[in-house]
Amino acid sequence: MLEVRVRHAFEDFAVDATFDAPPGITVLFGRSGSGKTTIVNAVAGLLSPDAGRIVSGDRVLLDTEHKVSLKPHRRRLGYIFQEGRLFPHLTVRQNLAYGAWFASKDAPGEEMGRVVEILGIGALLDRRPGALSGGEKQRVAIGRALLSAPRLILADEPLAALDEARKAEILPYFERLRDEVAIPILYVSHAASEVARLATTVVALEAGRVIAQGPAADVLGNPAVLPAGAREAGAMLTARVVAHHADGLSELEAGGISLFLPRVAQPAGSMLRVRIAAHDVILSRGRPEGLSALNILPGTVTEIRPGDGPGAIVALETAAGRVLARITRRSADTLGLTAGMPVHAVVKTVSIASSDIGTSTA
Amino acid sequence: MGGWLGPDEWQAVALSLQVSLWATVVSLPLSIFVAYALARWSFPGKQVLNGLVHLPLILPPVVTGYLLLLVMGTRGPVGGVLAEFGIVFAFRWTGAALAAGIMAFPLMVRAIRLSIEAVDPKLEQASATLGASPAWVFLTVTLPMALPGIIAGSILAFAKAMGEFGATITFVSNIPGQTRTIPSAIYAFLQVPGGEGSAMKLVIVSVVVAMSALLLSEVIGRRVADRVGGK
Repeated sequence: MLEVRVRHAFEDFAVDATFDAPPGITVLFGRSGSGKTTIVNAVAGLLSPDAGRIVSGDRVLLDTEHKVSLKPHRRRLGYIFQEGRLFPHLTVRQNLAYGAWFASKDAPGEEMGRVVEILGIGALLDRRPGALSGGEKQRVAIGRALLSAPRLILADEPLAALDEARKAEILPYFERLRDEVAIPILYVSHAASEVARLATTVVALEAGRVIAQGPAADVLGNPAVLPAGAREAGAMLTARVVAHHADGLSELEAGGISLFLPRVAQPAGSMLRVRIAAHDVILSRGRPEGLSALNILPGTVTEIRPGDGPGAIVALETAAGRVLARITRRSADTLGLTAGMPVHAVVKTVSIASSDIGTSTA
Repeated sequence: MGGWLGPDEWQAVALSLQVSLWATVVSLPLSIFVAYALARWSFPGKQVLNGLVHLPLILPPVVTGYLLLLVMGTRGPVGGVLAEFGIVFAFRWTGAALAAGIMAFPLMVRAIRLSIEAVDPKLEQASATLGASPAWVFLTVTLPMALPGIIAGSILAFAKAMGEFGATITFVSNIPGQTRTIPSAIYAFLQVPGGEGSAMKLVIVSVVVAMSALLLSEVIGRRVADRVGGK
């Protein structure tokens, strides 16, 4: 468990955030300039906040009231930077061993062979970072952080510098970290789909303040919390793979509702997270007939939040979980939507991209 | 080489190499320290230190030599104290090395400072988050990454020390076998009739040493830069 309380004023901007990060991945979710990196750097000790208290497990890393502030090299953390920051003069093997060399010998660390295997970097060990692709660099950076026997892992937008294909290559490794490594991971992101796939806990930030925190499905399904803007809104469902059909679809089940997705790789019985982007959801008052869309989720309107523009976000409670729909205010008026009204959420199968689907342990 | 060069000429060459090597090796750690301080720390008097380091580059070498004589001579404030402990610079080869080292110092510091400034502080931060104390950050990241500049600076300093004349002759005179380095020897040979032949041989040696130093620094620099550049 990581407890963070940070207050820091810059010339034109102030951060004042308090949150807890339980085991798993806690995503600091917000636009650029919302204070995410400031908070992570304060946890790492690369920035000295005006005031704050940061406790990792039973170790106090920072307590300005009692004038405690551990130097970065004593904080026992693994920091995965956006740009990798591999040491260019060392080979991949030496980069990986770098942190382990400084870790105390009794520290329970990951074993080099296992990390190399998880990350699939065995063939790169004798190369130098200059000869690696962006995705390879980032995998090595993850390994280097893991092998330093950290009590806490920090990741500052580790995928932001990569293209979509490389992101898709790295995301599964973070899912494995979340599910297989017992230490807390503090992960900075401004991308909603990344948050939906990875987050155990979401801390939503706006202008340096925490506007919501809690389990990922709760925060992402809250129409009042849109740290990345209404366009990025979308709820997250947890569903179980039931069957793979011959026509290229996979059938999932969530709360008794069948969901059809483009073929997923996971075998029947696996649990998946599925992000349903709010702008991909159509609302219908009656059960629609003669419609090409395959996914129809009956539910009840819980909240309607009109936006500044022509749109509104409608929150529904369905048996599969919370769903958000982004529709126009005109449609909301035409349908006469009010809280408590039964509606059907319609989601096209093909609108769910593979980047919206991730593994889940829940 | 001893056959081609006469004993006097060979003596000057050997002495020059000895003086320049010592001047370079002894001033290297201090240069790295000063270069790091100038590159990475802010402290009161930083500009004064920077000025002092560069002074030998701007002052007439004779003035530097005379100041050395005043301060480091056996009756000077520092030289007098050191003489009590048996450390004498005046009119010794050690004094020639000191003069050469001081004249070469600004060149060495400049090259190393530039290379330290080119090391991305973000890599040093990454090193610290991985558990490296500031001393280890310096030894495992900053120093190896600044290596091309350190090598280039050292070779430049060595070449400068080989050619040092004004400060040396003012501080430690021109004593054969003790302080008569190649430039002083050339100067001396040119003062006596029939010395042009010896002077020319030393001129050739100077050119060869200078060119070799340049080539060596190119080759080593490129190889190290490739390594540090991650190729």
